[in-house]
Amino acid sequence: MRAVRHWSVRHARGLMRVYRLVEGALFFVRPIARRIRGRALERPVAIVERGVKGLLFDCIMCGQCALSHTGMSCPMNCPKSLRNGPCGGVRPDGNCEVEPDMRCVWVEAWAGAQAMTDPEAILAVQRPVDHSAIGSSSWLRVAEEGSSGTLWVHERAEVDADSP
Amino acid sequence: MSGPKDGFDAAEPLPPRPGHSSNGRLERVLRSGRFAVTAELNPPDSADPRDVYERAMVLSEVCDAINATDASGANVHMSSIGISALLARAGYAAVMQVSCRDRNRIAIQGDVLGAAAMGVSNVLCLTGDGVQVGDQPDAKPVFDLDSISLLETLRQMRDQRKFLSGRVITAPPNIFLGAAANPFVPPLDFRPLRLAKKVAAGAQFIQTNYCFDIPVFERFMAKVRELGAHEHCFILAGVGPLASARAARWMRSNVPGIHIPDTTIARLEGAQDQKREGRNVCTELIQQIREIEGVAGVHVMAYRQEELVASIVEDSGVLRDRRLKAQAGIARRRGDRRGPALPDRADKTKTDED
Repeated sequence: MRAVRHWSVRHARGLMRVYRLVEGALFFVRPIARRIRGRALERPVAIVERGVKGLLFDCIMCGQCALSHTGMSCPMNCPKSLRNGPCGGVRPDGNCEVEPDMRCVWVEAWAGAQAMTDPEAILAVQRPVDHSAIGSSSWLRVAEEGSSGTLWVHERAEVDADSP
Repeated sequence: MSGPKDGFDAAEPLPPRPGHSSNGRLERVLRSGRFAVTAELNPPDSADPRDVYERAMVLSEVCDAINATDASGANVHMSSIGISALLARAGYAAVMQVSCRDRNRIAIQGDVLGAAAMGVSNVLCLTGDGVQVGDQPDAKPVFDLDSISLLETLRQMRDQRKFLSGRVITAPPNIFLGAAANPFVPPLDFRPLRLAKKVAAGAQFIQTNYCFDIPVFERFMAKVRELGAHEHCFILAGVGPLASARAARWMRSNVPGIHIPDTTIARLEGAQDQKREGRNVCTELIQQIREIEGVAGVHVMAYRQEELVASIVEDSGVLRDRRLKAQAGIARRRGDRRGPALPDRADKTKTDED
């Protein structure tokens, strides 16, 4: 449902507000989330999550949602599953190199990010997808780790950050 | 391992110079502030090393490093690690291109260690074209990493001596890390930020896609300078000769990410000798690009026209100043007070060419 997906990007600002509310609420259920994660009770949560996010974002349940950093355009819909920005093959009309009839998810993400309260979030580096987490609930993950849990964490500050 | 006490060990790798990441020529040239030239080698469809060396020979005269492509356009050719190792063995500086399309994180990390062990000093981190454009559209696209997580991974391997998993590497790969940039495709205003993101993720040099549209490239570079990204990496602009107007049109519609303005195609069409005109366009582009602040070199991609690269680079004049400086340096060291008079020499070279 690309039409709904595009609607979500156009309403990225509003959805981000909802997201922050949900994230805040999830914080309070953290002890419960910790107990359900990886157990049988995760299933029903994941089913609800799949329904809601599947409708709004064409979510494929990667289990490590990055929507709050990608202008509410799901990077897993990119045929190359790029999580850090558009490739160099985007067509002049802004459509995908691999699927010529589909708008590039990163062209959408860039547009969505402009409407977000934190337009810089799109510049954060996302870790590679953890393939063992596919199918699991991202909501429970966010409850435990917060929305920045998918970002690349550097062990120490770069010593020679000034020199190339 | 034998230290200096035990005598000289020819097998022990040299450590990079202070402040350098690699032992490679490309990094030395760029850090010395000279305008660098790299060129792409068209990979052979054969298992014969002579095919690589024949092509490298014509390029090496005029370039600081040779790019070994990794199944570009999703077409099978000799692998980039194979070509890079052959080049390194013969003393050429290779830029090993690594695409995320065909291999997962396990394969890529291992290949980079292997390549570094065989003397490869430069790695260019790429996402890769989709499999649908190549000769095997039924292949499984991997894309386990993307260009930016690949950069982070390789930097971590080099600087923190750890694999992505956190497991320790006993001897890290001394590599100079590169990435690509395409300033000419949407979303145009995201492109400079994406370059900066790559630099933040570890890119030390950037090679861009074919640059035919100077105004768009200038706008891109203005934004890059505004972000200050050009001070933290070396940017090499991609150029290449177009064989004909027909070839240009074909590339524009069949190769992903190629932007050629209509005016360029019209100029080729109006020329009597289209191949020669394509070559002239390329030479002029190099001269124009050289004047743009923040550009550290050019990357020449002459698809199936390697024999043109040397004359294009020579005619553009970008190496002339470098050579004259080198000659002046040698003369100074020899105590030759007269030395080569720079302006005279430059004039002479010019007339020789006309």
